[in-house]
Amino acid sequence: MKYLDEFRNAELVDKLLSKIRKTVTRGWNIMEVCGGQTHGLVRHGILDMLPPQIRMIHGPGCPVCVTPAALIDMAIDLSLRPEVILCTYGDMLRVPGNTISMQQARAKGADIRILYSPLEAVQIAVNNPGKEVVFFAVGFETTAPANALSVLHAYKAGLSNYSILSAHVMVPPAIEAIMSDPETAINGFLAAGHVCTVMGLSEYEPLVKRWKVPIVVTGFEPVDLLEGIWMVVSQLEKGEYKLENQYRRVVEKDGNRKAIELVRDVFEHRSREWRGIGEIPLSGLFVRDKFRDYDALIKFDNLVKHAESQYDCRSGDVMKGKIKPPECPHFGTKCTPEFPLGAPMVSSEGACAAYFQYAQK
Amino acid sequence: MPFQDFDTITLGHGGGGKLTQKLLEKGVFSLLNNDWLNSQGDAANLFLNGEYAFSTDSFVVSPIIFPGGTIGDLAVNGTINDLAVSGAAPIYLSLSFILEEGLPMNQFWEILVSIRDACIRTGVKVVTGDTKVVEKGKGDKIFINTTGIGKIHPKARLSMKNIRSGDKILLSGAPARHGVTIMSKRQGLEFETTLTSDTRPLHEICQQLLDEFGNSVRFMRDPTRGGVATVLHDVVRQTGLGIEIHENSLPLENEVAGACEMLGLDPLFVANEGLFVCIVNHEISENCLRTLHSWENGSQASIIGEIVDEHPGGVLLHSKIGGKRMLPQASGELLPRIC
Repeated sequence: MKYLDEFRNAELVDKLLSKIRKTVTRGWNIMEVCGGQTHGLVRHGILDMLPPQIRMIHGPGCPVCVTPAALIDMAIDLSLRPEVILCTYGDMLRVPGNTISMQQARAKGADIRILYSPLEAVQIAVNNPGKEVVFFAVGFETTAPANALSVLHAYKAGLSNYSILSAHVMVPPAIEAIMSDPETAINGFLAAGHVCTVMGLSEYEPLVKRWKVPIVVTGFEPVDLLEGIWMVVSQLEKGEYKLENQYRRVVEKDGNRKAIELVRDVFEHRSREWRGIGEIPLSGLFVRDKFRDYDALIKFDNLVKHAESQYDCRSGDVMKGKIKPPECPHFGTKCTPEFPLGAPMVSSEGACAAYFQYAQK
Repeated sequence: MPFQDFDTITLGHGGGGKLTQKLLEKGVFSLLNNDWLNSQGDAANLFLNGEYAFSTDSFVVSPIIFPGGTIGDLAVNGTINDLAVSGAAPIYLSLSFILEEGLPMNQFWEILVSIRDACIRTGVKVVTGDTKVVEKGKGDKIFINTTGIGKIHPKARLSMKNIRSGDKILLSGAPARHGVTIMSKRQGLEFETTLTSDTRPLHEICQQLLDEFGNSVRFMRDPTRGGVATVLHDVVRQTGLGIEIHENSLPLENEVAGACEMLGLDPLFVANEGLFVCIVNHEISENCLRTLHSWENGSQASIIGEIVDEHPGGVLLHSKIGGKRMLPQASGELLPRIC
């Protein structure tokens, strides 16, 4: 298939692997930030093809995994109200909140719909004037523009029955949090290609300088991932730290201006709790006051508020690269994709689920 | 629908009175016309002699009418295929409807016509059945159950127990067509494709394979829900052997592959309705492939892998780029990935 086969080319993969093997002289920990990259590494069997000195650490870039249980509880609370239609992306359904998951809520009669675009949720609101339609807006900078657009559409149409429950998080503050952890073991990053497609590169330059760490904006196909890894390793071996762009065919320096404006118009940055990791300053996108009528947090009072419970789950340590999933005492025993203790075991992009599927035998 | 006074199904159509009678006589019996149905007994009397396969399946697909088929021909072909991969030539079917009040009569008619056409095409006879109507909201338009009886091929020795290390795994065509077609038409998910479901009967080709290769055909199964991956996992779980498959050998249609990329689905986990996995003695695998290629729907048939002693209970996939990974088991509902 065009635009895919070229980047899954076995010959190119071999060439890149031998370049990496020739370059690497010692052990390096490289974090791929995005869950889509984790998925690509696992799906194509790349982890085992890399030389043993290179250890890939699966980062916190799986939106489902870092959405706090307390927000999931709120979404479930809303979904169980008879007047509410709750819309969200598919992966969210299985993630446990503090009590149940949305899948279980659906079995209790909640009207929960899986969508691919929030604009469909706006249409559902138009078609169901007697219902309150809430879109559970999870995701990184990649999904934020479409979710912002849904608010603008509803605002312009004067809809009074549409709102979003924003769980948006941002990549750069997460990299900052990981690097400022004194125990961090990360030597270099593959930054998330699609996040940078939207936001551009400007936020990453200061991170490279402050933490003296190579960051390479990288795509998702095997050739992309291996080229990104090779670029990081080359820098590390030379003792350099630079911001580089492997994903040039998609990512432009300034990003997508229209999308950035949309996000800025609708959202503002505030501190946000990340599941398993804790609070990260200015890492969340919240609906601006101008659009308060479309903010489910304001629109619905007495939303259930559970404190973030303390799990046995060590997903925070996994996402910071301190332990590998199999080193968690509950991995594969108390915690499996069918009965997950924490979110990284749920999503196909979650580090634990990726390991569980890959390392079954 | 001809000769009906209502344009939708009502509770009265399931009441057993005049409305039911009219629906059955002018609708079902007139289309599926045969001696068993026409006699309107409580049960069909059948003369059987020899070894038979007996199988049942319920169909709840939504949407009920989709590109390439309806829930009706799906229900006929589905049970026929369960018999077919068990080595049986299907003969008789039962057919039961659970209709939801409000089902448009013209849709029910379209489904009945597709059932008739599927029966004519395959030569099976619907010999008994039932129709119930439930209140609006208690069903989803129409549910269908079919049960089938088929005569086992004299050379058939199909069982997972006969699978041996070294056996080859054949796939009769390109996977994921049905599931992707259905998903493309689900509410909120409509996207432009020209794809049609692969629903079709498999008994003729399955019987032909048994004619030609007898007990060298070890095992067959149609990978419906859960897709090809689920069948492979069933095999390794029940045999205690391992499986290796090769991504390069998987016949994937461009449009299906594209839709799967877009929806975040793995085609190996997506449902099929006219496809089968066939595990055969390696000595006849190439001949078997030739026979599959000669079948009108088998041009994309492929040997996708083999049974191995290594990694017992696991399915190893060799990726296109030379990597390896264990193929996971499907867990619960097939949910699309986010990004």
